[in-house]
Amino acid sequence: MCLGIPGRVTEIYEVGGTRMGKCDFDGVIKEVCLAYVPETTVGEYCIVHVGFAISRLDEESATETLSLMRGMGILNEELNLEDPNTSSASENRDQGA
Amino acid sequence: MKYLEEFRDPILARRLLDEITGTVTRPWVMMEVCGGQTHSIIRNGIDRLLPPEVELVHGPGCPVCVTPLDTIDRALSIASRPEVIFCSFGDMLRVPGSAKDLFRVKSEGGDVRIVYSPLDAVDLARKNPNREVVFFAIGFETTAPANAMAVFLAKQQGIANFSMIVSHVLVPPAIEAICSSPTTRVQAFLAAGHVCSVMGYSEYLPLAARFHIPIVVTGFEPLDVLEGIRKAVLQLESGRGEVENAYPRAVTREGNLEAQKLLKEVFVVSDRNWRGIGTIPNSGWELAEDYRDFDASYRFDVTQIKTIESSVCRSGEVLQGLIKPNECLAFGKECTPRNPLGATMVSSEGACAAYYNYGRFLDSETAKG
Repeated sequence: MCLGIPGRVTEIYEVGGTRMGKCDFDGVIKEVCLAYVPETTVGEYCIVHVGFAISRLDEESATETLSLMRGMGILNEELNLEDPNTSSASENRDQGA
Repeated sequence: MKYLEEFRDPILARRLLDEITGTVTRPWVMMEVCGGQTHSIIRNGIDRLLPPEVELVHGPGCPVCVTPLDTIDRALSIASRPEVIFCSFGDMLRVPGSAKDLFRVKSEGGDVRIVYSPLDAVDLARKNPNREVVFFAIGFETTAPANAMAVFLAKQQGIANFSMIVSHVLVPPAIEAICSSPTTRVQAFLAAGHVCSVMGYSEYLPLAARFHIPIVVTGFEPLDVLEGIRKAVLQLESGRGEVENAYPRAVTREGNLEAQKLLKEVFVVSDRNWRGIGTIPNSGWELAEDYRDFDASYRFDVTQIKTIESSVCRSGEVLQGLIKPNECLAFGKECTPRNPLGATMVSSEGACAAYYNYGRFLDSETAKG
C-alpha cells in the first residue's frame, strides 16, 4: 500500500482549483494530483502514491547516492588485483569460446 | 524505468552486501516496518544474501493486515446496502471478515468497486447523486494525504453523498509499542520511506534517543533496502542509536509540509485497535469534528457486530515479528492466498503472502516437496 513510484511530470493544470497534472511512468501517462508538490515544475520527477504526488524526487541526491555506492569497495578491488570473481568469470568466458 | 532500474543494479547490490559482511561481527536483529519492504526483501532474496549474523524480522506495516475485524465487518455491512456504492483499494476485497469478505458481498449483489485513487470515489459520488458512495479509507501516513484530500474536496464542493470509513494507522506509536514490549528481539528499525516522505523523520528522534535504537529511513528498491541495512549495521556495531536517512532522494527531515497542513485540518489523533496486536494508544487518525458528517461510521447505523476471529491464525505474532509466517501450522495448508485465514495472507504487503508467493516454506516442507 505504501508503494510509490517515480513519475515525470509532463503537464500541470487546475481542476476546480486543485493542482493536477499528468505524469509519465515509463510511457504510461496517468493523471496525478499535484496539490502537495506546489513547487514542482514540468520535467521534474515525483514519487506518486494512489494518484497523488507525495514528494519531489531529488535527482541530485539520487545521483549522489548511486555514486557513493559505486565508490564502495573500489579501494579493496584496487588493492586486490587478483579478484577471484573476475578471474573465474574470464575463465568461464574462455571455456565458452 | 528511471530512478527504479538504477536502484536494482546487481553489481552495486553485491558491493553493499560486501560492505555489510565486512562490517558485521556479531548477530543483530532488525525489523523492516513496512510490508512493501518485506515484499522487496523476500522477492529479491535479500534475507538469504545477507551474512548469517543479520536477521530481518517483518513488521506491522501492512495497513490491510492491521485494519481491525470490527471495522471490516462494519464495512461489509455498509457495502451490502442497496443504496451504497462501496469503493476500496483492491487489496481489501479478499480480507476475511468474521463471516465473509468484500468479494462475497460483491457476488451477492453488493455494488463494490475497486478504485485506484480516493479521488475516483469522489468522482463517482459526483456522478451518482442518488447513491451513497462510501470509500474505505485505510492506510499509513503515506496514504493519508490522498484520503484527506478526498474528504476535503467532498466537503468543499458540497458532495453530501460521499463518506469514508476511516482506519488510519501511524508508524511511530507502533515502533514505540514494539520497543516497549518485553518480548521484543528488535535491535534496529528500517523505517518506512514513503511514510517519512509525508511526515519527515523528526518524530523518530525522541524514540531513537529513548530506546537507544538505530532507526534508518529506508526506501523500497533492493539497493535502498541494502543501504538501510548497511547503515543500521554500522550503527549497531559502533554502539550508536540514531535516526539516519538512507532514502534522501524522497525524504527530507521536515517531510511534506503541504500534506501535513491538510492532515492536521482533516484528522485528529485517536487510539487505534490493530488487528492481531491490540489497541495502541494514539496510533491512529480519525476524522476531525468538522468532517464528522463524512464519517460513514456515524452516517450508517451499524449495530450487532459480533466479531469472530480464526482460532488457528497467528497473524498477530507475525505482525509483531515474533514468528516467521512459515512457523504457523496453518501456513500453506488451510491458509493460502486463495483461502486466507488472516489478512497477512491476503495483502500484497502481508508477510504471509510474500512467504507463500515466493516459496518460503520451512526446509522440512521443501524437502518433502
